[in-house]
Amino acid sequence: MQTSTYPQLIPLVLLIPALGAFINIFWGARLRERVSGWIGIGAALLAFLISLLIFFHMREVHSIGSVVNPAGVFDSWISIDSIGLNIPWQFRVDPVTTTMLLIVTGIGSLIHIYSMGYMNGDPKFSRFFAYLNMFLMFMLILVTANNFLMMFVGWEGVGVMSYLLIGFWWDKGGALGRKNANAARKAMIVNRIGDFGILMAIFLIFWTFGTLDFYRPGEMANTCYAREINGFEACAKEGEGEAAAVEQPVTTGAEPAAVDTQPTAVAATAISNTPATIVAPVAVSGETLVTPAAVEAHGAETVVDTHSADTTADTHAIGAVDEAHGGEAAHAAVTLNQVDNSRFELKQLGVFNQTARLMELPENSPERTIHIGPYTFEFRTLLILIVLFLLLGVTGKSAQIPLFVWLPDAMAGPTPVSALMHAATMVTAGVFLLIRSNVFLDYVPEARLVITIVGSLTALLAGFIAMGQWDIKRVLAFSTISQLGFMVAAVGLGAYAAALFHLLTHAVFKALLFLGSGSVIHGIEHGHHHDHAHDDHGHDDHGHDDHAPDTFDPQDMRNMGGLASRMPITFWTYLFGTFALSGLPFFAGFWSKDEILGDAFAKAFSSHDTLVNIAGFLALFLLLAAAGFTAFYMWRQVQMVFFGSPRSAAAAQAPESVSWMTIPLVILAFFSFSIGFINVAEGGPFYGFLGLKGHEFQHFLESAMPSVTAEAALVFNWPLAIVAVLLAFGAIFFAHSIYGSNKAVTHPEGAIEERKDPIDTGASGPLWRLANARMYWDEIYFRLFENPYNRISQVLYALDWNLLHDYFHDSVLARGYNTISKFLAQPFDQGLIDGTVNGVARVVQLVSGRVRGVQTGYVRTYAVALLLGVVAVVVVMLLPLLQAR
Amino acid sequence: MAYPVPAEFFIVLSMILFILGAMGVVMRKNAILVFMSVELMLNASNLALVAFARQWQNTNGHIFVFFVMTVAAAEVAIGLALIVTIFRHKKSINIDDLHQMEG
Repeated sequence: MQTSTYPQLIPLVLLIPALGAFINIFWGARLRERVSGWIGIGAALLAFLISLLIFFHMREVHSIGSVVNPAGVFDSWISIDSIGLNIPWQFRVDPVTTTMLLIVTGIGSLIHIYSMGYMNGDPKFSRFFAYLNMFLMFMLILVTANNFLMMFVGWEGVGVMSYLLIGFWWDKGGALGRKNANAARKAMIVNRIGDFGILMAIFLIFWTFGTLDFYRPGEMANTCYAREINGFEACAKEGEGEAAAVEQPVTTGAEPAAVDTQPTAVAATAISNTPATIVAPVAVSGETLVTPAAVEAHGAETVVDTHSADTTADTHAIGAVDEAHGGEAAHAAVTLNQVDNSRFELKQLGVFNQTARLMELPENSPERTIHIGPYTFEFRTLLILIVLFLLLGVTGKSAQIPLFVWLPDAMAGPTPVSALMHAATMVTAGVFLLIRSNVFLDYVPEARLVITIVGSLTALLAGFIAMGQWDIKRVLAFSTISQLGFMVAAVGLGAYAAALFHLLTHAVFKALLFLGSGSVIHGIEHGHHHDHAHDDHGHDDHGHDDHAPDTFDPQDMRNMGGLASRMPITFWTYLFGTFALSGLPFFAGFWSKDEILGDAFAKAFSSHDTLVNIAGFLALFLLLAAAGFTAFYMWRQVQMVFFGSPRSAAAAQAPESVSWMTIPLVILAFFSFSIGFINVAEGGPFYGFLGLKGHEFQHFLESAMPSVTAEAALVFNWPLAIVAVLLAFGAIFFAHSIYGSNKAVTHPEGAIEERKDPIDTGASGPLWRLANARMYWDEIYFRLFENPYNRISQVLYALDWNLLHDYFHDSVLARGYNTISKFLAQPFDQGLIDGTVNGVARVVQLVSGRVRGVQTGYVRTYAVALLLGVVAVVVVMLLPLLQAR
Repeated sequence: MAYPVPAEFFIVLSMILFILGAMGVVMRKNAILVFMSVELMLNASNLALVAFARQWQNTNGHIFVFFVMTVAAAEVAIGLALIVTIFRHKKSINIDDLHQMEG
């Protein structure tokens, strides 16, 4: 049990950044900058360390993915009994989660460290770190969730943090502050459109499956059907052969005690407790790895996972299987992880296994007809709808066509934010969501075609736009959109592992590029202040304050040039990032991009499905073109920023950044080169070099993705790789011939408006201006949506003011009210009520005036009254006596 | 045993005394005289009580007379004390000057 406790640490990974954020929010203002920064960095690093522990555990066991429900406190997080809704707060730890954990916390930590240098002296320093930590927490919730709603919490959480951080400098004052705040609002609003899709998808998922859980405790991903649709030999149906003997005795929701007595009955993930631990998922169906007898022999050692024993359906047994030693065994085990989920009723399964089981049923079986309210749907129709709605959400968060417009504006935030959220982690949430939903996607090639088209088009268009941008960060922003397009297209092609691999490598080198650009901006700002220090009011060596409003834009590449010698570390690391992004051989981007292109190639030429062929062709050509664009715009940027002679006084005096900033750059540069080797393709370069195994990363992911199998791993595609590399080199040489040797801009000495792009002449001019204007995408939206919206609201405003306010309010409401109140005031209140009250008063006054005279104050008056009273009493008493006589 | 004087005589005398007292209370302004008139009324009633006691050969009337005399003595003590206080305060014992409670 020692090894399997690491996934139980998962709540800590979330809680530590939350704690860091908590401290910095409440006491940050009173802490010194360094202390507050270290709290943030420490929280991120601790989370990273725990993630590493979990990763090494995962690597060791290749676990099918355990569902962790800490402490059982959140067994029912949200539950509505009347519709059978019960959502637990459960974490899912599988290889995909683990990979994301490492990306988020690892790159997050480096960016925290970088921020210490970048944000130095900012008045809201501690708040920045609190936000960063909180962002990490939400992103971690997103990636560790075991149900769609919990994931949505993270999804919205990162949205909020993104809003707060894009608009972090809202208080800059004037137009700049407004621009920052507007960028934040734009991101928020555009993402709301996507979130509508996510919500619709969640509702549909609930009404289709009756649950939102990805997997229930004890369940495992079903590979059989996925293998079949991928054209591999399908596994034997349950209940055949020797599996039949194994299957029978188990009832659903078996008690742990039952598991103890009948260990063979459980579809067990066998984990040996020795250090050389390997998971050998015991395949109970067809291709049995370990015979039931072998399991029985070790039955005495079988223990029940007590962590999850509190959940009802969990019979997740872990046995010790000594035979399962060595890498080969592990390999075999993972490829054979078909799992017997038959002990679950259909509705007890999580959404993915329900999908798999429903799709195995014949088309017209009653289970595949879903009733939602008064409507009846075929299951597959619903699945397509769900995937398309998810795609809408993805286009929002992962900045795809048509909702990508927020991401370039999001560059208004501090550069570490751009690196962390808008390149490395948050925008990958959409891709992650699609990868997480891979089982859905497996069954709906039509929807995947849409996804592929969206992704490839985005990749191409964003790459095109990036070629015409002046702002150093905007180039990278469009590059990010383009690369996200690669990932989405890969998901659409069913190459989930390639998508996640590209996500991983891109996170590393795009974080590097953004941080490098931040370093450049920081340097230019310092140079600018240094330049002005002579005639300005004095020394001010910090860049981010709002002092004298000047028009100098430190992010404009027209103001740069020649920084290679002034900022050597930034330059060299930036070069690494550029090569990785361009896909030059053996840098990280080469491996991941090639994996995607190879998949497109395979789908285009060797699939028998026309739909898949179309998707493959589209993706292959659009993505190849996009890859060419990528190399071009990156080299254009490098030429403009680092080569030639400085085009402004600021650039001429820009200093190298502090080591807080350069050290993360160096670390990221190292990984930009080396991270790709975790997934070299069989038959390709470096395969077998120094014991490198092929597709190691992909094998690691197999247990989380049914359709990612060892057989599906592609052999290295030499011709395609050569074409792609030649394209990249060609684009770089082309860019060099245009922008190289001090030709980056025309009129480098002139005013900034006169400095034009060398392409911006003649026939290519309109094309360049199209890219520069971002293909008028914002303007089109403005015309299409914003203008009509504004006009409608103006009409409504006029309608409201004239009709509702002037007529209805004045004539009907106001006058009616006046009439009623006048009636109430005059005849009613003043007449009736006042009359009554005054009348009573007057009567009392009259009577009392008369009666008052009795009280003379003279004793004798009272005496007479007394006497008369006595006489009267005596008379009354005596009268009956007289009568009686 | 014959009674030389019939009871009616005493009763009539008592009535006359009582009316004289009552008229004195109502008509006099001097507080001392009002007080004396009150005493006269009390004694008139005493006379009536004694007369009836003799008429009915019953001592209850006598007992009442003693009570009345005791109460009258107490009343004199308090009443004279009041009058002295009023005089000190007002330099007058004219009860018509004591009309602050007039409505």
